[in-house]
Amino acid sequence: MASTKSKINILDKPLSKGKSEINISTFGLLFCEIVQYCQNRVYTVPELQGKLSDLGYHVGQRMVDLLFVRERNFKRETKLLNMLVFIKSVMWRAVFGKEADKLEHANDDEKTYYLIENETIVNKFISVPKDKGTLNCAAFIAGMIEAVLVGCNFPAKVTAHWHKGTTFMIKFEESVIAREKTAEGR
Amino acid sequence: MSRQGMRSTDPKKVNSELFTLTYGALVAQILKDYENDDEVNRQLDRMGYNIGVRLIEDYLARTGSGRCYDLRDTADKLQMAFKMYLSITPSVTNWSPAGDEFSLILENNPLTEFVELPEGHGGLKYSNILAGVLRGALEMVQLEVAAWFVQDQLAGDSCTELRVKFLKRLEDAMPVGED
Repeated sequence: MASTKSKINILDKPLSKGKSEINISTFGLLFCEIVQYCQNRVYTVPELQGKLSDLGYHVGQRMVDLLFVRERNFKRETKLLNMLVFIKSVMWRAVFGKEADKLEHANDDEKTYYLIENETIVNKFISVPKDKGTLNCAAFIAGMIEAVLVGCNFPAKVTAHWHKGTTFMIKFEESVIAREKTAEGR
Repeated sequence: MSRQGMRSTDPKKVNSELFTLTYGALVAQILKDYENDDEVNRQLDRMGYNIGVRLIEDYLARTGSGRCYDLRDTADKLQMAFKMYLSITPSVTNWSPAGDEFSLILENNPLTEFVELPEGHGGLKYSNILAGVLRGALEMVQLEVAAWFVQDQLAGDSCTELRVKFLKRLEDAMPVGED
């Protein structure tokens, strides 16, 4: 504040419509540098995915408010299923320009859901080396999903796996399922 | 594999906010790792260099542009590249009398949307990756330049100014072991 130059507060600026786009190569190369940067600081594949997920979390946290202000007129979702559908359609369309391919509920576990995306944007330019077969850089997007869920008070763990393209496994905490049941009982 | 539904957007484009926030996450992470503005600036510049080295291939393949006649020509092509890759058109001004130095003025910068620098980071050049990209890309077409930010909207300046100085023309060097 001591500076003589007048800084414009970010909240004084109008919020853009968020329709601007940039070349996918630019994003691809930036993401490539991010993966390399993370890779240089870890020893194992799970650690690398953890790092990418942390960065995605940072993005997701900032995306939550933006999405709800723009698309839902400040109203948050309170039902679990509506929340998941919000991520599959609204968030996906805003961020990736299309809906996610599928949303499934695990047969054997009520707190696990799967969100399936055949071709994630981050994996478009990545060929996984043979010795790191399980690495899925969509861990970055998993982090984004997790942040959005946690930000809306649906605490969960989200991980990315190679299955039908990329499958995001969403495991909610027990409390979320319990709350959902009491809400339904009313 | 059948693709369900129509893509509402061009598949060669991506939402610029995803890009903005992703870059923000990266800068925040580097800042956490190095805790020193100058070191962060260096890291960003180096990453930009790596990007530039590869981005120039994409640029040449798409535009099929030939060699530049002079630095003004180069500046025009840089302007076009900004349009292609960041969807912005910087203005080219402030030529030095010798014609070896100019500025790119960015009125809006997709890297800095939503960004506010916290107190105590006066030395951080948030968009420094762009300087690296320019340096890397031009080096691959035998132009050695220096690029640096002289003004930054984030620091309260009225615009963001990226200065570019021509240093020398690089001679074609044979890769080691290929003579």
